[in-house]
Amino acid sequence: MNTDYRRIARDGLWDNNVVFAQMLALCPAIAVTGTASNGLGMGLATTAVMVVTGGVISILRHWVDAAVRIPVFVLLIAAIVTLVDMAMNAWLHELHKVLGLFIPLIVTNCAILGRAESYASKNPVMASAADGLFMGLGFTAAMVLLGGVREVLGNGTLFTQAALLLGEPFKAIELTLIADYPGFLLMILPPGGFLVLGFLLAGKRLLDRRLSRQQKPEPITAAPYEPA
Amino acid sequence: MALKLRANSALFLGAVSLVCGALLAFGQARTQEPITARLAEDLQNSLSQVIPPEVHDNDLLANTLTLLVDGQPTTFYRGMKEGTVSAVAFQMVGQGYGGPILILMGLDRTGSVLGVRVIQHSETPGLGDKIERGKSDWVLGFNHHSLADLGPGGWQVRKDGGVFDQFTGATITPRAVVTALRRGLKLFGAERETLLDPDATGEKKP
Repeated sequence: MNTDYRRIARDGLWDNNVVFAQMLALCPAIAVTGTASNGLGMGLATTAVMVVTGGVISILRHWVDAAVRIPVFVLLIAAIVTLVDMAMNAWLHELHKVLGLFIPLIVTNCAILGRAESYASKNPVMASAADGLFMGLGFTAAMVLLGGVREVLGNGTLFTQAALLLGEPFKAIELTLIADYPGFLLMILPPGGFLVLGFLLAGKRLLDRRLSRQQKPEPITAAPYEPA
Repeated sequence: MALKLRANSALFLGAVSLVCGALLAFGQARTQEPITARLAEDLQNSLSQVIPPEVHDNDLLANTLTLLVDGQPTTFYRGMKEGTVSAVAFQMVGQGYGGPILILMGLDRTGSVLGVRVIQHSETPGLGDKIERGKSDWVLGFNHHSLADLGPGGWQVRKDGGVFDQFTGATITPRAVVTALRRGLKLFGAERETLLDPDATGEKKP
């Protein structure tokens, strides 16, 4: 069976986006997206975990039986996240200081268990890892978008402290869009997360509807009128 | 579907637990040493921010004193210059909005603040995290102040009648920091003689 990687990519990034279509992972999505940089960091760390868990669970898929699959998946995900946490603390210490708080939170991301259950447990290793990669990237994009909108509305800045996360060369993307912005606290607080998420979801629906209308004209207007 | 029920599910779950446990133990063993080294570097860095290099000529991590404070052993890092104790740094814990806030404070001989840094906290991003030096200058406002020049009443946030600013939307966080610092200053006052005695050793007081 050939794996349709384009389908996987399209699913992960748009059609079946973790946040905007599956509506999963809303806890980290709203908790850490006070700034675009936080969203990016959390998104990338989650992507790494999703690729590894997708692969590992896919390898084990023939041995795991249905009765104990959920505890097995949870155990594997928790172990992998903890290993990533320890390894980053030891060898990527500066990055860990920025992301430290968020990494253990990855365990609570139901999207990872969701993909393990609905994709990796039924598909070959490469496809599962690719699914993890694109689901993770889709999640990252959603997190950056959500964090960016909240940051601009809440603080008038974009990508503050990106240099802490990505290194000094990225100092240039730290923008102050609105000088002397008085700040809009609600956007930084969790309610702002819900509000922005709501508007982004509505926006995606509108866009999807418009796209599908373009692709296939609506039958009512396209089909010739036939009197009964 | 590849999943099917087997009688030995429990055994399989046990085996996976065992493997995960082994992996974690292995990871812990491999990373413990680098993590300890990184944390020591961090501590050294933070210490050099609360005790400026010009006031001491010794290794701050080498000259420590451990005293029991409220039943908890607390480590005091001492800066020495020409045989006398020139500065003392120690950690205080404040009860913040999102959990404990770990604060490192450095004082000179007279009990006036040389520097304050928040080492660890879980306060609201964008609100309470202004206590971090990396995010705002707020912690610099404590420099050069002492219990003597402001009095215990002054060591409070403005809302409570003190001299230090709270943040818009976050009072609990700065209040926790200021309260912890006030306690730290009182602690320094109470233990001053021991702390400033260059010959004092690290024995715990009963």
